Amino acid sequence: MSAARRKRSGAPERVPVAKTYKLYVGGAFVRSESGQTSRQTDPEGRFVANVSKASRKDFRDAVRAARAAQGGWARKSAFNRSQILFRIAETLEDRRSLFEHTLVEQGGFAAAEAAAEVSSAVDRVFWYAGWADKFTQVLGNVNPVASPFFNFSMPEPMGVVVLLPSLRSPLVGLVSAILPAIVSGNTVVALVDGELLTPALDLGEAIATSDVPGGVVNILTGRHAELLPHAAAHMDVDAVGLWSADVGMRTALQTAAADNVKRVRVHDDPERAAWRDPAAESLYRIDEFVEIKTAWHPIGT
Amino acid sequence: MSYVLPPVPSVDQVAVEQRAAAFTKRSIKTSAKKAALAFTVRMIDLTTLEGADTPGKVLRLCRKAMRPALDPQVPSVAAVCVYPTMVGVALRELAGSGVKVASVATAFPSGQSFLDVRLDEVRRTVELGADEIDMVINRGAWLAGDVARVHDEIASIKQACGPAHLKVILETGELGTYDQVRKASQVAMDAGADFIKTSTGKVSPAATLPVTLVMLEAIRDHFHATGRVVGMKPAGGIRTAKQAWQYLVMVKETLGDAWLTPDRFRLGASSLLNDVLLQWERARTGHYESVRSLSDD
Repeated sequence: MSAARRKRSGAPERVPVAKTYKLYVGGAFVRSESGQTSRQTDPEGRFVANVSKASRKDFRDAVRAARAAQGGWARKSAFNRSQILFRIAETLEDRRSLFEHTLVEQGGFAAAEAAAEVSSAVDRVFWYAGWADKFTQVLGNVNPVASPFFNFSMPEPMGVVVLLPSLRSPLVGLVSAILPAIVSGNTVVALVDGELLTPALDLGEAIATSDVPGGVVNILTGRHAELLPHAAAHMDVDAVGLWSADVGMRTALQTAAADNVKRVRVHDDPERAAWRDPAAESLYRIDEFVEIKTAWHPIGT
Repeated sequence: MSYVLPPVPSVDQVAVEQRAAAFTKRSIKTSAKKAALAFTVRMIDLTTLEGADTPGKVLRLCRKAMRPALDPQVPSVAAVCVYPTMVGVALRELAGSGVKVASVATAFPSGQSFLDVRLDEVRRTVELGADEIDMVINRGAWLAGDVARVHDEIASIKQACGPAHLKVILETGELGTYDQVRKASQVAMDAGADFIKTSTGKVSPAATLPVTLVMLEAIRDHFHATGRVVGMKPAGGIRTAKQAWQYLVMVKETLGDAWLTPDRFRLGASSLLNDVLLQWERARTGHYESVRSLSDD
């Protein structure tokens, strides 16, 4: 019933229930420990929603959740991980109207571009999910050695990976950062910044209903400049991925990350159309967040 | 003459819970935080009570108890708490360190064995050299209403302890109400307990702030009535430094500074120490430390 008709019929005006966008940490939706929020506005600057703004302590909690979840996630069979990641694609497809609506209303996307963005995000998830039980064969190797050993190299997850994804591509840029990291058994803390934050937290809700164990993916909305120093210096973070051409940020990250020899992966942040291009998906994004373990097994003479 | 429980004031549940909740809303920062962390370490009974305990594990725990971190500013813990069969290992390792050896006797954690068996266990554990005995009360008798039996058993175990200090575990998670906790505290103190302790750690809920507050008030009233000092040991479920100093503040505000010493207050815990060490490193270096840099027992 439309508001106008309801008014005519004498029924009381309905009070809409507005959504507060909360952080996704350890499988739960939490407000920021700091109580801070940022305002999500539409392209005309009109208020749309309050979005929790993550603090240093929220980041600490998210790393703790990611660490706790990492062993169990990595121990799942590769096939099981791929099934779970496929499920994210299914859930995203199911919610495409929500994402399209948000991209159009809050992000100022044209309808066709919003549809392309969501399709591309679903396809991206699907593509990486398929790699779960295949990347070890491609990135691993049997090495020819001149002694009586069977020598082979295997990729293994690094552990807890912090991601500072694209500021330009609110959905595809985010899944393109998260998926290649978790497919190998890492757990991630994604620090999402930019003009449009709500799709990231909607993605968290899709992931939460996709059988992904709590803590495998943690999504915090906040300011990169504020959170990066803590991410770079945290001793329980194994790797950091940054998508930004900002030289100051890159330098700060690499300097602070040296303390516990974190792996640092920096990339440029292309225009959002380029993010949707299939050329943006690559096995080497998976390779970035694995360590290679080489074993020498005696085979006799 | 059989023991009769003296009149014990009833507990106002709402007031106790509100008062306890107030302790969770304070924040401690910078230098006060560092002092609180060191203070917490000094109060810890570092505990391992698993079927899978081995001499090797107890040995590692003892070394950690004596020197929890590389930083010499981190003090030793108060005591190591182990099963009776591990007392010998702990004593050898801790000799001369000032860290005490506590042991759980009396058919821990259920207490469901014959009195003579439990008394024998206590005597043998003390003979081995344990400084402190953590006993469990007979909850079967307590819940059946046999208060005198509970009292007399504690009294005879106190006697069997000889020079060793006796901590009496009420297992508050099985007592049901704050009134029962208050009464059981009274009985344990009347029977000669040196410490009263909330829980074995094997039953949930274990230590909570409200239950500890009820017990602290019982200790305070007992002290005013008799002049006898009884210590307090919350145990089980205290895993973070933040929780630990909530207990410390509560002790200070209920019993005063006199109780803020390892002779009168202990925290029974295992994973708490690691969290304290993580916070310590954070305070010292300014960045978050990794759990992987600490031993996991």
